[in-house]
Amino acid sequence: MSRRSGLLFVAPALLLFGVFVLYPMVSALSYAFFTWHGTTRGVFVGLSNFGVLFTQEPFREQLPRAFGHNVAFFVGTMVIQNTLGLGIAVLLHRRARTRRLLQTLYAMPYLVSPIVIGYLWTLLLSPTFGPVNALLRTVGLESLAVPWLGDPSTALWVVVLVSAWQWVGFPVLLYGAALGGVPEELSEAARVDGASHWQTFRSITLPLLVPAIGTVSVLTFIFAMEAFALPYALGGSTGNPAGATDFMSLLFYRTAFENGSTNAIGSSSAIATLLFAVIFGGAVLATRVLRRAENRIGA
Amino acid sequence: MTTTLVAPPETREPAPPQPQRRRQRPVGGVVGSAALWVYAIGALVPLLLMVSNSLRSTPSLYSEPLSGPWPPNVDSYRRAWTDGHFGEYFLSSLLVTTGAVLLSTAVATMAAYGLARSRSRILSVIESVFLSGLLLPIHLAVLPIFYLMDGMGLVDSRWGLMLVYAAAGVPFSIFVLTTFFRQLPPELEEAARIDGATTWQMFVRIMLPLVRPAVATVVVFRFVPIWNDFLFPLVLLRSREKYTVPVGLTSFFGEYSTDWSSLFAGLVIATVPLIVLFLVATRQIVAGLTAGMSK
Repeated sequence: MSRRSGLLFVAPALLLFGVFVLYPMVSALSYAFFTWHGTTRGVFVGLSNFGVLFTQEPFREQLPRAFGHNVAFFVGTMVIQNTLGLGIAVLLHRRARTRRLLQTLYAMPYLVSPIVIGYLWTLLLSPTFGPVNALLRTVGLESLAVPWLGDPSTALWVVVLVSAWQWVGFPVLLYGAALGGVPEELSEAARVDGASHWQTFRSITLPLLVPAIGTVSVLTFIFAMEAFALPYALGGSTGNPAGATDFMSLLFYRTAFENGSTNAIGSSSAIATLLFAVIFGGAVLATRVLRRAENRIGA
Repeated sequence: MTTTLVAPPETREPAPPQPQRRRQRPVGGVVGSAALWVYAIGALVPLLLMVSNSLRSTPSLYSEPLSGPWPPNVDSYRRAWTDGHFGEYFLSSLLVTTGAVLLSTAVATMAAYGLARSRSRILSVIESVFLSGLLLPIHLAVLPIFYLMDGMGLVDSRWGLMLVYAAAGVPFSIFVLTTFFRQLPPELEEAARIDGATTWQMFVRIMLPLVRPAVATVVVFRFVPIWNDFLFPLVLLRSREKYTVPVGLTSFFGEYSTDWSSLFAGLVIATVPLIVLFLVATRQIVAGLTAGMSK
């Protein structure tokens, strides 16, 4: 195909993508370096919008707290995916007949909107009629029948667990694919040499899963830093109760659209830019560490 | 916020051919099987409870939280659909999602063909620009998108929302379709060219019918995240009759907070199109999700 007709074929997609994704994405990064009066752009102020985030209320208190919740969300999800998710994938491996069906069943929750999942669990965990607490009372665990989402000390963990419940099918699929690529001859040879199941898994299968674990970690990191709809449904835009389920994107949303300050665009864009830097930096760093780990194993 | 179902490249590679060997015993034996089924129940019970509770009345939900939906009561659906405005939300979501998926699949199929069949330097640069979009967190650009829409008079318009979703779907659709086009032998077009067909005719008559499976995968995989998305309609839509289902749900949960059975019905209504899609396109979904798995 000639270059001219190639360009003609590409043009509509490029126009759509350029206008509605690339241009806003690039200008999003520039917004943070100006002062704003309502929707009018003022003068270039360098990093002062970022300074405000660390020195002035409400950001000085809310930003580190929200970021801490994002990190806890990431760590919690990672732990569950790499134990439960990996465990399920290992169990599913070599069950050719039921694997497809079970993988499909595990995938159901993550086809459903996070906003629906969030509201569903607020109803299921309701202290007045929620079946979860009713079940706990029926089986004699009265002391565990607490308002899970109403108590600041448990609410964040409810968000983590609900999200892990929704998404665990995804690492199951990725780890399943990776396990399929591990040559059986290797573990067979180890077994012949007298290694136990656990030893074989630890010293043969696990190192070969490092690339898949890396992919899951990077995707989970991006996902955890962007968390919005699920915490919104579980705790509203202010992260109820008492900010216990506040996240970076909720803080960004409040600053941009629910805050009356004249420099709302400046401060909220600074939050967005910071979050973008964290996501981008984290992903790059993780990829580097991963490549080094892969090289070490390969050597 | 990541509602995108992007399967990472690893899962798309074709599985290497494997030699025949004796069947391996699965790890965990019967106990392992039991554990897997128990977990499957754990994954599904909350969703089944959503359906079952939507078929009960609010007083019975209150007095017997652990009972079943007998006899089923569909009153809650009537209340949610008409009084709770779910009819309007549903129509909005359907319009926006279908429009966006059609538009982005159409432009992406054309672009993918151009990218796959051209060796020009500038087109490979353009391709890498598209692919970089796979990892862009587009939700962080919601403010500039809002002001862009404002400038075009597209705030509080379903057209605006549709355009944003269509654009956001371009990288993923191009990624999948370009891979697919590259696997088709160029001899097909050479024969047609000798018969005097133009590039456009070859694209429409020869290539389009051949890429139908990939187009189906793209349509299914873009439908789900657009139907489920929450932030963009929350920011871009103002009047209630234009709300999509996820935003409609938040206002419904505010107004009907004591009518529990209708709340459950609203959640089911929001999920039904995905279930229908799942039943109609199980083949595409499973193929997409398990692509590259051995055996």
